[in-house]
Amino acid sequence: MQIARVVGTVVATQKHAKFTGAKLLLVQPVDLNDKPRGTPLLAVDSVGAGVHEKVLVVIEGRAAGEALGRKAAPVDAAIIGIVDHVDAQE
Amino acid sequence: MQLAKVIGDVVVTRKDDALHGIRLMVLQPLAPDGSAIGRTLVAVDAIGAGVGETVFFVRGKEASFPFYPTEVPTDAGIVGIVDQVDVPRT
Repeated sequence: MQIARVVGTVVATQKHAKFTGAKLLLVQPVDLNDKPRGTPLLAVDSVGAGVHEKVLVVIEGRAAGEALGRKAAPVDAAIIGIVDHVDAQE
Repeated sequence: MQLAKVIGDVVVTRKDDALHGIRLMVLQPLAPDGSAIGRTLVAVDAIGAGVGETVFFVRGKEASFPFYPTEVPTDAGIVGIVDQVDVPRT
């Protein structure tokens, strides 16, 4: 899993049927110091996250499909938690 | 998933049988602000996207799910056409 910051929302009317009703959020992975790391990606939201929130993201197909609760969904990333705080030392 | 612009298509006559009838599009991944980011790639099209459109695509085996039960040998697939991206300023 990765820690990421929600940076935006995406609206798509024409999409695969398994996405119906799913919320799509743009997330930017961040490091432990909250600095952007890597390329932003699009994740389905299964926890009700909002823009600017720090979230936990799975970037793997099977896990993302399970988070969405739909079998054989063509997804590869999902938000599975909202981070309260991270306690870590590098 | 990631945002991308469809910048072209690829014609392949001799190919895996499971790819017959499936369009192959050239994608340029996009950052949330709409600028190009990362390398271009080829993706199968499960949604009917056209050149010039902004789409989102899925990476990995899950890209073949829209064609189930045909097992399409792909690692990237377009699964939605983007109407709108909203990235509020921090």
